[in-house]
Amino acid sequence: MPLSSNARKLAVVPAYNEASCVGEVVRELRRSAPGFDPLVVDDGSTDNTPVVAREAGARVVRHPFNLGIGGAVQTGFTFAQQHGYDYLVQVDGDRQHDPGEIRRLEHAMAESDVDMVCGSRFLQEDHKYPAPVSRRTGIHLFAFLLSKIVGQRVSDPTSGFRLYNRRAIGVFARDYPHDYPEVEAVLMVHAHRLRMCEVPVRMYVRGGGVSSLKGTGKSSYYMIKVLLALLVGLARRRASVEPGDEAAVTAAHGI
Amino acid sequence: MDARIQIVAILAAAALILVLLELVRRRRLLERYALLWLFSALVLLGLAVWRGLLEDVASVLGVAYPPNALFLIAFGFVLALLLHFSLAVSRLSDQSKVLAQRLALLEERLGRVGSRPPESESAAERELETSVRD
Repeated sequence: MPLSSNARKLAVVPAYNEASCVGEVVRELRRSAPGFDPLVVDDGSTDNTPVVAREAGARVVRHPFNLGIGGAVQTGFTFAQQHGYDYLVQVDGDRQHDPGEIRRLEHAMAESDVDMVCGSRFLQEDHKYPAPVSRRTGIHLFAFLLSKIVGQRVSDPTSGFRLYNRRAIGVFARDYPHDYPEVEAVLMVHAHRLRMCEVPVRMYVRGGGVSSLKGTGKSSYYMIKVLLALLVGLARRRASVEPGDEAAVTAAHGI
Repeated sequence: MDARIQIVAILAAAALILVLLELVRRRRLLERYALLWLFSALVLLGLAVWRGLLEDVASVLGVAYPPNALFLIAFGFVLALLLHFSLAVSRLSDQSKVLAQRLALLEERLGRVGSRPPESESAAERELETSVRD
């Protein structure tokens, strides 16, 4: 049996205009991962995502305006911390991830004593991930660079299907990268001396909604931005704010 | 240096200082943002008034025509101000992100408190208070 049965577990579903999918994701979560309380973070949707999510039985936190995926996931971490959750699993709101596979993440967390478990779509021999070549090339480039940096094989650094324990929740509630956070989060895990591992999962084509990355122009912009974030993350004096440090945002200002 | 360009420079710098002071007086501009502006304007005014100083600076910088040195210095200040504002914008967007997140979490909590049956309301309010204190 994975993880202790009385641990409190939260499933965070960031959703931005996902009214067509988010209901099914929440129902599927309650069906196949009943130990997890579903929380939908509605990132300023203009459709009725929050209504659909609430009707499906999730708690819903609504941002007053769109903050981007990083801000949405971080709200989930803060929620988990405020409510004393022991584990948090992040599941995309577009049905890319199969809640039935959360079990695999739990098993890995229970067995190998790590702080973060990532579902990787590239670890299976027969993986079929129907993404454009440019996208896959980008993912493999990040995978290669990150593996070199953190000294551990990271096959799918852009996967948002992840399970975190209390320590990781604490770190990411304080500081979570902004725009395209998954890649940089791997770097932060490394910088904070947390441990991570990957398990093979299947991922599906997006069920609906619109990807945050459409078109090659946006894809290359994404790649450049993430590469910059990687370099900056490496060079940063301290990857994140520890308790007792000066706040990341202070009233002091100017150059 | 041509007297005309000197007069223009003095007038422009003086006007800038007056506008800045007026904006601060009306509380349209916070002192913390006005300081860098005021400092730039005062330096420019000083250099425009004391031609000898500007000529010295120009010869140190290797600029043949002293008013060009004035422009160069003004350009440097403009760059510094832009960087200053980029920092301020970054800080503000970080802060507004945190505010939006806290607001969203509080609203969710408040919704829970409001939807509870009346007899458990005081307990719910206590819970809300303790969590807000955290």
